[in-house]
Amino acid sequence: MTSAASLVVKKPITLEELPHELKVAGIEKCIQCGTCTGSCPSGRRTAYRTRVVIRKALLGLREDLLKSQDLWLCTTCYTCYERCPKKIKTVEAIMALRNMAAERGLMLARHKEIAKYLVGFGHLVPINDPNKKRRAELGLSEIPPTVHSYPEALEEVKKLLEITGFTKLVE
Amino acid sequence: MDVPELRYAFFLGCIMPNRYPGVEASIRRVFNELGVELVDIKGASCCPAPGVVRSFKFDAWLALGARNLALAEEMGLDIVTGCNGCYGTLREVWCEYRENKEVAEKVDRYLSQIGRSFKGKVKVKHVLEVLYFDVGLEKLKESVKRPLKDVKAAVHYGCHILRPSDKRPWRDSVERPKFFDELVEVTGAKSLYYKDKYMCCGAGGGVRSGVLDVALDMTREKVENAQAAGADCIVNACSFCHLQFDTGQTEVSKRLGKPYAMPVVYYTQLLGLAMGFSPREMGLHQNFISVEPLLKRIGST
Repeated sequence: MTSAASLVVKKPITLEELPHELKVAGIEKCIQCGTCTGSCPSGRRTAYRTRVVIRKALLGLREDLLKSQDLWLCTTCYTCYERCPKKIKTVEAIMALRNMAAERGLMLARHKEIAKYLVGFGHLVPINDPNKKRRAELGLSEIPPTVHSYPEALEEVKKLLEITGFTKLVE
Repeated sequence: MDVPELRYAFFLGCIMPNRYPGVEASIRRVFNELGVELVDIKGASCCPAPGVVRSFKFDAWLALGARNLALAEEMGLDIVTGCNGCYGTLREVWCEYRENKEVAEKVDRYLSQIGRSFKGKVKVKHVLEVLYFDVGLEKLKESVKRPLKDVKAAVHYGCHILRPSDKRPWRDSVERPKFFDELVEVTGAKSLYYKDKYMCCGAGGGVRSGVLDVALDMTREKVENAQAAGADCIVNACSFCHLQFDTGQTEVSKRLGKPYAMPVVYYTQLLGLAMGFSPREMGLHQNFISVEPLLKRIGST
């Protein structure tokens, strides 16, 4: 929850200190109009406020922000992105903040759990027995022609997840 | 009227083949009937999903997405996908590759380590995009043998088929698009307006897996709005939205202790019924929410 006091900072960060990805998203152009918050289907039913996320990122309150569950309430519907009068790439900014959070191990437990499926199977949602049956019933191959059917393809995926640092993040 | 030969590399993703194979079967059967050839991309992986993978590590999302694109490029075919999430990822990776030199260099570096390369040539299309632009409404109309004239449909576009609009092909309004309604009305069904028609289903961005209650509250709201407008079904074009509405309604019912039972159909399942396929051929009997009320309306139980 955001109180007014938590948004008072003695020394806001300078533009030079703003992380590169947030600069690319253009968040310094924010005029705090609240169009993003007003458009947000998540904010409609929770205390999540996109405008506050952007403001906090600009003030340099990143630890506070990165630890909050709010960051994970964006469905990436891009409605705010389309409507922002300053053309700020809001969703890209939220993604960049999530990357920073993940780097510090601040991901949701369930996300980390399913991320392991990707590392193990090449699918975030792997096949299971009931769905093998459902496929067969429809005349489809029991195992889809994806990485599930090609062990050498799975090795390629594992290698990419390794060299991009994803595997280490979710271990 | 013959259309030019249409062939695509079929990208399945995760949810469609592994949770809702009925959606996959309906796309394969309907495309085959329309003379559109789908070729499997052997060894394709998760797109990977923007919600968790892009959120955790941009580079991992980029590398896996580029590998999937590279596989299609090796086949010399454009990609078609029936999931808005996969569409978003593959299209965004493709755009990033073409527009951002730094990103392109990264992609080259990662793919070279698995002995592959990507040149940025392959196009990424959505199932609806192929039907709307490449097959065309006229040909679809001709394929309808049994118009669904008593059906009132609540169309759910989903998010990533529409947005970000600067990276999408629709020559249509992003706030009030019409193309999906036109596709639905080709089947003879009536497409309704309902409150918050263009809103998210709630599943995306990792919200379904991370904060399920919030995701389900959006689903509940959309289903109630569709009901209030008098809809017989929700029609979607995304395997993840499809899961969120079908599986999601069983979860909402359990949480709220009252039944939510709006039939959920994927677009090619609806079109397939109008083309004369049986509900079983379209895999509709595998939905968790019964589609019987809809089939009664159509008169094909």
